[in-house]
Amino acid sequence: MAAAAGQVNVARFAALYRAAGSGQPASGGAVLSARVTAMVIASLAPAAMLAHYVLPTTGDIATVEQLETFRTEVRQWLQDNCPESQRSLASPEEQYWGGRRGQFASEDARLWFERMRERGWTAPEWPQAYGGGGLDPQEARILKEEMKRIRARTPLYSLGIWMLGPALLEYGNEAQKQEHIRAIVNGEIRWCQGYSEPGSGSDLASLQTRAEDMGDHYLVNGSKIWTTNADKSDWIFCLVRTDPVAKKQEGISFLLIDMASPGVSVTPIELISGESEFCQTFFDNVKVPKENLVGELNKGWSIAKALLVHERKLMSEMGSDSPREQVPPTVAAREYLAFRDGKIADAQLRSDLVDYEMQMQAIALTHFRTFEERAAKVQSAAPLVMKYAGTEAEKIKSELLLAIMGSRGLGWEGEGFSASELDTLRLWAMSKAMTIAGGTSEVQLNVIAKNVLQLPQS
Amino acid sequence: MALVLNEEQRLLQDTARDFLSRRAPVEALRKLRDTRDDTGYDPALWRDMCELGWASITLPEAYGGLEFGFAGLGLVIEESGRTLTASPLFASAVLGASAILLGGDEAQKEQWLPAIAAGEMTTALALEEGPHHRPHHIETTLTPAADGYTLNGSKCFVLDGHSADQLLVVARSRGESDSREGLSLVLVPRDAAGVTVQRTIMADSRNAANIRFEQVNVPADAVIGETGAAWPVLEQVLDRGRVAMAAEMLGLAKESFERTVAYLKERKQFGALIGSFQALQHRAAQIQVELELCQSVVLQALSAVDEQPEQLPLMASLAKAKLNELAKRVTNEAVQMHGGIGVTDELEIGFFLKRARAAMQILGDTGFHKDRYASLCGY
Ligand SMILES: Cc1cc2nc3c(=O)[nH]c(=O)nc-3n(C[C@H](O)[C@H](O)[C@H](O)COP(=O)(O)OP(=O)(O)OC[C@H]3O[C@@H](n4cnc5c(N)ncnc54)[C@H](O)[C@@H]3O)c2cc1C
Repeated sequence: MAAAAGQVNVARFAALYRAAGSGQPASGGAVLSARVTAMVIASLAPAAMLAHYVLPTTGDIATVEQLETFRTEVRQWLQDNCPESQRSLASPEEQYWGGRRGQFASEDARLWFERMRERGWTAPEWPQAYGGGGLDPQEARILKEEMKRIRARTPLYSLGIWMLGPALLEYGNEAQKQEHIRAIVNGEIRWCQGYSEPGSGSDLASLQTRAEDMGDHYLVNGSKIWTTNADKSDWIFCLVRTDPVAKKQEGISFLLIDMASPGVSVTPIELISGESEFCQTFFDNVKVPKENLVGELNKGWSIAKALLVHERKLMSEMGSDSPREQVPPTVAAREYLAFRDGKIADAQLRSDLVDYEMQMQAIALTHFRTFEERAAKVQSAAPLVMKYAGTEAEKIKSELLLAIMGSRGLGWEGEGFSASELDTLRLWAMSKAMTIAGGTSEVQLNVIAKNVLQLPQS
Repeated sequence: MALVLNEEQRLLQDTARDFLSRRAPVEALRKLRDTRDDTGYDPALWRDMCELGWASITLPEAYGGLEFGFAGLGLVIEESGRTLTASPLFASAVLGASAILLGGDEAQKEQWLPAIAAGEMTTALALEEGPHHRPHHIETTLTPAADGYTLNGSKCFVLDGHSADQLLVVARSRGESDSREGLSLVLVPRDAAGVTVQRTIMADSRNAANIRFEQVNVPADAVIGETGAAWPVLEQVLDRGRVAMAAEMLGLAKESFERTVAYLKERKQFGALIGSFQALQHRAAQIQVELELCQSVVLQALSAVDEQPEQLPLMASLAKAKLNELAKRVTNEAVQMHGGIGVTDELEIGFFLKRARAAMQILGDTGFHKDRYASLCGY
């Protein structure tokens, strides 16, 4: 195999990746379900690539020595406090997402969550004043590395931590931080994202859900769509129109809405993968207290954009313990294909496989380059092309896997197929969402044409 | 850091760009072509390039080199891809110097490397025997003779073959015609008795030749390395060549793409700049995506030469395959997006198209390198 095991400092690389929260295009953001996210990660995450692709060997950037004491302490603490059963990949059912209806899969899961929460390590870098861990980025990196080392599970999966929290810490007022940040850290409230609407996807700024100023409250009417896990969430952070006449980006506000409010209803939507993690969320004369406005009135668009920046971070956090992984195509090839003289006998499949592998090697290297550039404070267009390159490659991979598996890859459910065969088909269906969610591929190309190539706009 | 240039490397690249755009722009290649220049490159330019140290970047100090690393040479070559500069840089400083450095004994290194570094001697690698790159399919023979060896056979697509002082010839000492075993590498003066050189005029207006060897006398000390055991060295030399050629193709792809993007911002049709049409925007953006990936691939392949030699075969094939595809796509789109003017000889875009076509064929086309990559990975 091409991999050079042991050549790369895995932990350092993964930490760099997590630190990379580079700007995503400000249109058509979306939260990804755990499954889809796992797939994005399978295609994008260095951790997955390390096992398989060649990367440069480079020296350490930071002086780690002064952090070694911290590392020793963390290692000991984890050793003493992370239950054995929490040291493996969590299946989707075993993930703890918190919230009013949150369920622990086991007593150990609860114990582990509570111990981490007590130290503020569900949100290690957030200020201690709001219940966070107060760690600096280097310490947080070490905590991550040490957790990874023993395969400790993420104690709390949360959109609040990955997306809303950072935006609230930056744009929210003191009362909002007091009310919401601690509840996020403690896993008391589960959040979902209300951006997209039936009429506004790629053209997110055209959104129509209205919030009218009624003096002591806002009155919200309209609907949101593709709201991932809305049916399991307690609160929703929404983009709403507060000025119907202003230029479209300038009449949008950022509003927090308790989904228990009268007039909020949710309908799940079944997807081609057979899952229904997405919902349509309706608002019918919903009264929202004025203090739930984040930032200034009609200035919500910039918060929306800032929040999208955290989307990639979200992906990598979830990916670091992604529950299911597709078999790598090179491995599947060995199981399902005939070989002749050490080569895959089917010339077309062999050619497709090597195309895919080369593309992934190039993507892995480009990821690595973006981290090095970040550390060296060098600007390039590389970060802007990664969403497009990674998700398009992921679709190719899924098609390739099915081609390799033949009729064994077509099993939808039940007997006669292995679990991984069944997963592969479902993930193939879900891979189609990758080039739509988080800004479609076409929107990514628009962004590259405009921001990188600076081509004239029509 | 392997994939980000350091201060010195950036400086070297800037110097190279500045020098080449002044001294050897595409216009210079046009002139060489139109005057059917005998040498096929400008010797005064080559002297100055050597004075800047470009022929000796990778060589150890002991042989008059700068020991700056292969990545440095790659940056210069990338820049020479932007200007389509014809010079012995590839055939001598990459292929010739590598072969002697990696395969030669101490005496040979002392004799030849300083001469290459100073630009006093040029070399050409006489390898191919048919229209496709098949580096171990060799029928040219090297047989023992009273005072050394005798060389017989014919070669084609020998880059700089008509002008180089010394020919590095790959010949077979023993074994089947397709075997990696039994190959030898010998240094033969171009003007030696029994050597016939036919210059070939190629699409890219650069220099190549067909060469026949008939009963050519080769003294024993002209064999680089052991007779019959040249393959491991040859493979490394070829990989360095592939990586360098990929760097050149990156430069030519960037240049032709930038010229095209500039044209998209300048040409008007239907009352609008053509760059505002989404059909063209998306194709251009997709090229930008591939360019970014190829940039990383080339940097990694260049640094693998010095830092991770065990990965060089894989990275060289990756780089050559990827850059073949990129150069083909970019130059074809460049012509298309220029419309009618794109197919005129007056516009320089055509020179990029033709060089890309030739470069794709040098040291392995896409199919060759995809097959090699898959084989190296065990499928
Ligand atoms: C898995 C998944 C999870 C999601 N989760 C959430 C969530 O939690 N919360 C949320 O708010 N949203 C979520 N979304 C919604 C997501 O942000 C939108 O689907 C996405 O922005 C695209 O919008 P659309 O579906 O309306 O498609 P449209 O915008 O209608 O696009 C239809 C087609 O037209 C193309 N198109 C549109 N505009 C242009 C243009 N200017 N130029 C060229 N082509 C164009 C598109 O590329 C696409 O091919 C999720 C989506 C998915 C798939």
